[in-house]
Amino acid sequence: MSEPKPPAAPARPSLEVFDLVKHFPIRKGVFGRRAGEVRAVDGESGCGKSTVGRAALKLVEPTSGRIVVAGADVTGLSPRAMWEHRRRIQTVFQDPYSSLNPRLSAGAIVGEPMENYGLSRGRETEERVAALFQRVGLRPEAMRKYPHEFSGGQRQRLGIARALAVRPEIIVADEPVSALDVSVQAQVLNLLIDLQEEYGLAFLFVSHDLAVMRHISHRIAVMYLGRIVELADKRALFRQPLHPYTEALLSAAPIPDPARRRRRVVLQGDVPSPANPPPGCRFHTRCPYAVARCRSEDPPLREVAPGQHVACHLRDVGAPPGPLAAAGA
Amino acid sequence: MAGDAPLLEVRDLACHFFTLDGVVRAVDGVSLALARGETLGIVGESGCGKSVTALSILRLIQKGAGRIVGGSVRFEGRELTTLSDDEIKELRGHRISMIFQEPMTSLNPVLTVGVQIAENVVRHTGAGWREAMDRAVEMLRLVRVPDPERRVHDYPHQLSGGMRQRVMIAIALSCDPQLLIADEPTTALDVTIQAQILELMVELKEKTGTAILMITHDLGVVAETCQRVMVMYAGRKVEEAPVGELFANPLHPYTRGLMRARPRLDEDAEAAGRRPRLQEIPGIVPSLNRPIAGCAFAPRCALATDRCRAERPELEVRPGGHLVACFEAGRDAP
Amino acid sequence: MPPQGPWTFVRRNPTIVIGGLLMLFLVAIALAAPWIAGDPLKLAPVNRLRPPSERFWFGTDQFGRDVYARTVHGARVSLVVGFSVAIAASLIGLAVGLLCGFYRAVDAIAMRIMDGIMAIPSILLAIALITLTRPGLWVVIAAIVIPEVPRIVRLTRSVVLSLRAQPFIEAAIAGGTRTPRLLLRHILPNTLAPLIVQSTYIAASAILTEAGLSFLGVGVPPEIPSWGNIIAQGRSFFLIAPWSILIPGAFLAVMVLGVNMLGDGLRDRLDPRLARRM
Repeated sequence: MSEPKPPAAPARPSLEVFDLVKHFPIRKGVFGRRAGEVRAVDGESGCGKSTVGRAALKLVEPTSGRIVVAGADVTGLSPRAMWEHRRRIQTVFQDPYSSLNPRLSAGAIVGEPMENYGLSRGRETEERVAALFQRVGLRPEAMRKYPHEFSGGQRQRLGIARALAVRPEIIVADEPVSALDVSVQAQVLNLLIDLQEEYGLAFLFVSHDLAVMRHISHRIAVMYLGRIVELADKRALFRQPLHPYTEALLSAAPIPDPARRRRRVVLQGDVPSPANPPPGCRFHTRCPYAVARCRSEDPPLREVAPGQHVACHLRDVGAPPGPLAAAGA
Repeated sequence: MAGDAPLLEVRDLACHFFTLDGVVRAVDGVSLALARGETLGIVGESGCGKSVTALSILRLIQKGAGRIVGGSVRFEGRELTTLSDDEIKELRGHRISMIFQEPMTSLNPVLTVGVQIAENVVRHTGAGWREAMDRAVEMLRLVRVPDPERRVHDYPHQLSGGMRQRVMIAIALSCDPQLLIADEPTTALDVTIQAQILELMVELKEKTGTAILMITHDLGVVAETCQRVMVMYAGRKVEEAPVGELFANPLHPYTRGLMRARPRLDEDAEAAGRRPRLQEIPGIVPSLNRPIAGCAFAPRCALATDRCRAERPELEVRPGGHLVACFEAGRDAP
Repeated sequence: MPPQGPWTFVRRNPTIVIGGLLMLFLVAIALAAPWIAGDPLKLAPVNRLRPPSERFWFGTDQFGRDVYARTVHGARVSLVVGFSVAIAASLIGLAVGLLCGFYRAVDAIAMRIMDGIMAIPSILLAIALITLTRPGLWVVIAAIVIPEVPRIVRLTRSVVLSLRAQPFIEAAIAGGTRTPRLLLRHILPNTLAPLIVQSTYIAASAILTEAGLSFLGVGVPPEIPSWGNIIAQGRSFFLIAPWSILIPGAFLAVMVLGVNMLGDGLRDRLDPRLARRM
């Protein structure tokens, strides 16, 4: 339980998703992720970010596309093989209330995956659950309590312990702190980072919160209407966002510093319905830089600078990244 | 604050909820003052009493669940706590309006948005329906709903979340209120839509001169919209200051904790190449159904002394228009 | 539920306590019937239509039978019918409802069958069943159970469908929980609360239906005293001997009241939406 895996030299990605299509939320996403790395998926509601996470566990069946875990395609697996696969990829849910069965004790909730996969049984399970409880910052005596006796932050710790119970390689965390109070968010984020370093986990961290994203992730994929519009190293992404949507997202987030009230790019208009996305580039209806080509032609996701992928007609391969000028200027 | 009498003055407001598990002191002696045209932020985490404070001002606490047990609320010189039900109803939506977090549940699904705006106008100004519908179109234009002549006939479900919140704002402002209470107005919205709504609110405030009481858990929203801010914890005000002063010089350990607990978007956290730990506030918010001896934050506070655990700190005035309730205010964690 | 003293429980759940006490009282007299009352079938033509007195507490009927003895013994029939119907309908309905909620193929077929059963009026079904077989207590129970099953199926199914959308079910699947275990450990326990509440209402309506069937003469055979057939037999003498109808009628009303109060109390206590308000 406590043998810390050395942060594996990233030989091959532990999770790859190719051309995932789930009608209607997700259209296309190509990701690769290395062990011991946090990939964060960012975007607004209805953009399909949660669906990517759930598809990786096959909690939803993709319409087409491939999901590759540690080199093995898991898309067309039989239920039995899928069951084996799920051991390696676990999930932490957003809502710490509805994601715990109210009628099971905390110990039973965390112990269940271990027994499901025959990793331990009886007394042994109990001991391992107790150790996990300690690891995530809960008292082992709390095993006998029921979910409603815990606070929101403690419940999220329980959810994390459950995800760790089968020693997965990948954890999909779908907005794991957005339901928590600020002071408790920090506790949970710190715990996630510690656990990642200790167990060499890969995280697929789904969130709409850019500050949290910037803090926890290594690479970030920004999604808009079911499509990845930008995929880059965190530092590059925050230094110079290449996609106009990323730019707007960064400037829209309120910053807790009145001295820094800035001129922001406020996007006009609403997010179109994902069921009926606009033709061409999906962002063109709200993009301040859109040109004629954007309305007709869907830009592919291309690597325009080393490690920086963007789906935008205005970014040429090899061109130096810099601010865009408004259309017609 | 200084100068003429404040628009809204709340003094020692206490609102308790009587449950089977005891009396919950949701708001326990809160005072605040709001000048005409000013924006005051109330910040705090869930259960700190910020929403109950706002609901108490309009006497919207559900009868039978909770009750204002003490204090006074004066608005334009009138005491609100003793008004009759009819008088307070006349005030709501007219002189004081409120918008809520969830714009879907706050709108009636079977009436068009135009009718819902016009209804408020008719009720409070005695205008005719035709006139009120014109006013509805005008209000939708004011909150920048595109194509207002057509949108006025839409039902709430035909609008997006951002548009619904605009409609809520249109209803709230339709009778030119002096005070707008906004309870987490952007929490349910996407980041880019939140930016639109906040911008709209700031702009409308400049245009109409309505004072705003902005209730939020997000220090970022406060920094961008408010002039003054008060921080609440466990049913009490622990700190209050002009917004620049508060962010530059937070004095209460809880305020400091809140600011440090949030990852920052505007600074490079990863200078050393490794993700630094966020500063946690250990423990959880105390339950309010039994009296708390001493400072409510003491069990979670790194600076707490024996005095903090035994005696409750009262609000003290500090330079820069700063109020803080802490014996160890301004000291750094050991 | 958090631990609490007995008085706290009484204070917070007065309906459960009152309903429970009424039921306890009726169960007690039903169990003790042979010892606290005489033979309900003994004919004594000399004592016909006597009003309540020290010897015959509830008076006698047109055959001189002791109404007290008959009423006390009649409680047994009502309770047996009420409990058996509630339990049988719940078990069958729960099993079918779980499968319907979980497997779409089962759902499509089973729900159409349930719709068909619901289209049959229960009194007519009972009359048909009883004319086809020999009358007896078990036929009455079966006749009441069959039309009740679809209601339980619908209830269970809708609860299961809403549970399936809960994140904790998804979490259990992600944690490698197989379907049978998922059903038994995660879904079943969470359907029990509304089911228990519904089954108390079914018990109450079964008690009334049995009385109705017995009154119509298609219920339990006349040699077994049941509140329904006591009332039916007494109805021609209502003006002369009202006690032979009013007293068993009052017992029937009290029993149904008790069961319904118990159900209402349990609903308030077990419904998490209401419980959270505390």
